[in-house]
Amino acid sequence: MTGRTLRRRRSPGTGYGLLAAGGGLLLLMLVSLGVGARGLPVAVILDAFLAFDPGISDHLLVRELRFPRTLVAVLVGGALGVAGVIMQAVTRNPLADPGLLGINAGAALAIVAGIALGGVSGMAGQFTLGCVGAGLASVGVYLLGGLRQGINPVRVVLAGAAVTVMLMALAQILIINSQDPVFDQFRHWAVGSLQGRGRPLLLPLWLLVLAGMVLAGYLARALDLMALGGDLGRALGLRPRLVWLLAAVAIVLLAGAATAAAGPISFVGLAAPHLARGLAGPDHHRLLPCTALLAALLTLFADILGRLVIHPGEVGVGIMVALIGGPFFIAMARRRRLLHL
Amino acid sequence: MSRLRSSVWVWAPGRCSLRLCPRSMAAATVLSLLTLAGLLVSLSVGQVEIGPDRIVRILAGTDPDAMARRILLDIRLPRGLTAVFVGAALAVSGAVFQSVSRNALGSPDLIGFTTGAASGAIVQIVFFRSGAAGVMVAAVAGGLLTAVVVYALAARRRVVGSYRLVLVGIGMGSILSALNGLMLAKGALDNAIMANLWLAGSLSARNWGHVVPVMLGCILLIPVIVLLARQLSLVEMGDDLAAQLGVRVERVRLVMVLCAVILAALATGAAGPIAFIALAAPQLAGRLTPAGRLPVMVAAAMGALLMVIADLIGHVLPLGVSLPIGRLTGVVGGLYLIWLLSRSRTL
Repeated sequence: MTGRTLRRRRSPGTGYGLLAAGGGLLLLMLVSLGVGARGLPVAVILDAFLAFDPGISDHLLVRELRFPRTLVAVLVGGALGVAGVIMQAVTRNPLADPGLLGINAGAALAIVAGIALGGVSGMAGQFTLGCVGAGLASVGVYLLGGLRQGINPVRVVLAGAAVTVMLMALAQILIINSQDPVFDQFRHWAVGSLQGRGRPLLLPLWLLVLAGMVLAGYLARALDLMALGGDLGRALGLRPRLVWLLAAVAIVLLAGAATAAAGPISFVGLAAPHLARGLAGPDHHRLLPCTALLAALLTLFADILGRLVIHPGEVGVGIMVALIGGPFFIAMARRRRLLHL
Repeated sequence: MSRLRSSVWVWAPGRCSLRLCPRSMAAATVLSLLTLAGLLVSLSVGQVEIGPDRIVRILAGTDPDAMARRILLDIRLPRGLTAVFVGAALAVSGAVFQSVSRNALGSPDLIGFTTGAASGAIVQIVFFRSGAAGVMVAAVAGGLLTAVVVYALAARRRVVGSYRLVLVGIGMGSILSALNGLMLAKGALDNAIMANLWLAGSLSARNWGHVVPVMLGCILLIPVIVLLARQLSLVEMGDDLAAQLGVRVERVRLVMVLCAVILAALATGAAGPIAFIALAAPQLAGRLTPAGRLPVMVAAAMGALLMVIADLIGHVLPLGVSLPIGRLTGVVGGLYLIWLLSRSRTL
């Protein structure tokens, strides 16, 4: 935790690392366009954009399905990563992930209720329900956590855990007392999947994530101060209540939209910030973009791999993220001390 | 060796020490009495009403009614005692893990235990379609195996840092829970629904075979944890400082984690995965006791009380829906924690 890590933080390697991650992301996006139940060569992909012919099914496949799906993967990953950084910074808890604000549970309960009671089955309907549920649950956690009065990270963690467990239990009770198809739909949502997530989701997802990212960028300095602790932060001009409010809004925008779009992908928000801290150090101006890149990379990579492992079937991106990220995370934890907050 | 010092009784034979603080004892006593009352209600209500006086007579063996006797001794008592001991075991296990991880979110799941147990059970149900006993054994084996693997992976030069243990546990937990999700999503719908029901936990149709292991575990292991609790709360200050104060950090941590995992395993075997007790009971107990020590006994009583209340709600309320115990403890414990949070301003 001394000389070695300090050198790493200051080293010019951060810039190259970011560049490499960005390049890798672009390359993966190209790969993602070509990979799937039906593999496509690069020439066809380029043609689909440069010389689009609506009569050719491969062109339609690329433009209408693969391209939106790739963008959704990148957006979802980046959003979850950034939300994770914010959550870990404001709660000062390295184990916090965006789900802590009750987002996953709120979305799950809203979607289960929609399926079981209202017969909602379309992608757009589930997205709307998920957003509303996530938002409501996080408002509950925000109020319960006493964030209007001031800050107490432990209280937020507890409130989040309480609300999450309660909502998930209600969702499960609803499932157990419903017809079998309800569980059938829920189990496929619950593993996190990008299959069929395309055009209709892209615009709302894009807007929500953009708003969240802008807010996160605005908060970067405040998050640095937050890490110093309550008193020192206040002495340096931090207004904890305002930061908490804005941070909560940003997390809901980012993680809520991502979860509503792709189901609960819990591991990205937790692991990507830890990995990024090894590359960019604790400064949030660098940590936020670095996490967004790494998280998008991880999510897209997982999605591509998920399309290949049981070809021509698919494994949900939530599962693949955990299967790839998990061992990597364990290896990191074993090799050296991850940076404390 | 017993002496009174600032309202705390201390008994220190050798390396271990037992500190009895009046406030903790009062809290534990009140909670235990409440648990007992809840248990009595739970034993007496049902299709056949058996009043408290008859319960006493049946237990003393002086009641002539063979049917009431069988209902009480073969059905209700095993169920009630399973609830009590499972609650206590999970709560103590959670208290230990919250101390080891120095994190309010600590629970046996931190080192992948609950997820591993679920993996074992899901594999049995989805692939082998085996019966209840097989599922129980597979769950306990899966949980213990996961815990051992996590502990081994976290050890480096025979030293296991708390922080590394938690991180490795989280990594392992998410891998396993992904596999669980995969098995549930790709398995046949009937089997997946069966597995989902097991994951909800259950107290119905328990017999003495369910009660005895977890009861013995509680009786044998909780005293060990009580005796070592003070050393573990010193470890919370940091490994180096605790070592300077004469605590054998690694050994204490290993023994405590081992006891806690065995308790969690026995509880899971008896009633399925009921995670929330482990999270909530120590936190609630912490509110009732002075800060700075591990509230083992109070947590145990609180866990037992939560389980008994949840069980009572589950089989007394005439709602006409099935309310599995694992989900119900989630709702009850969650509501209580929320109520507590909304009342207290100084948490």
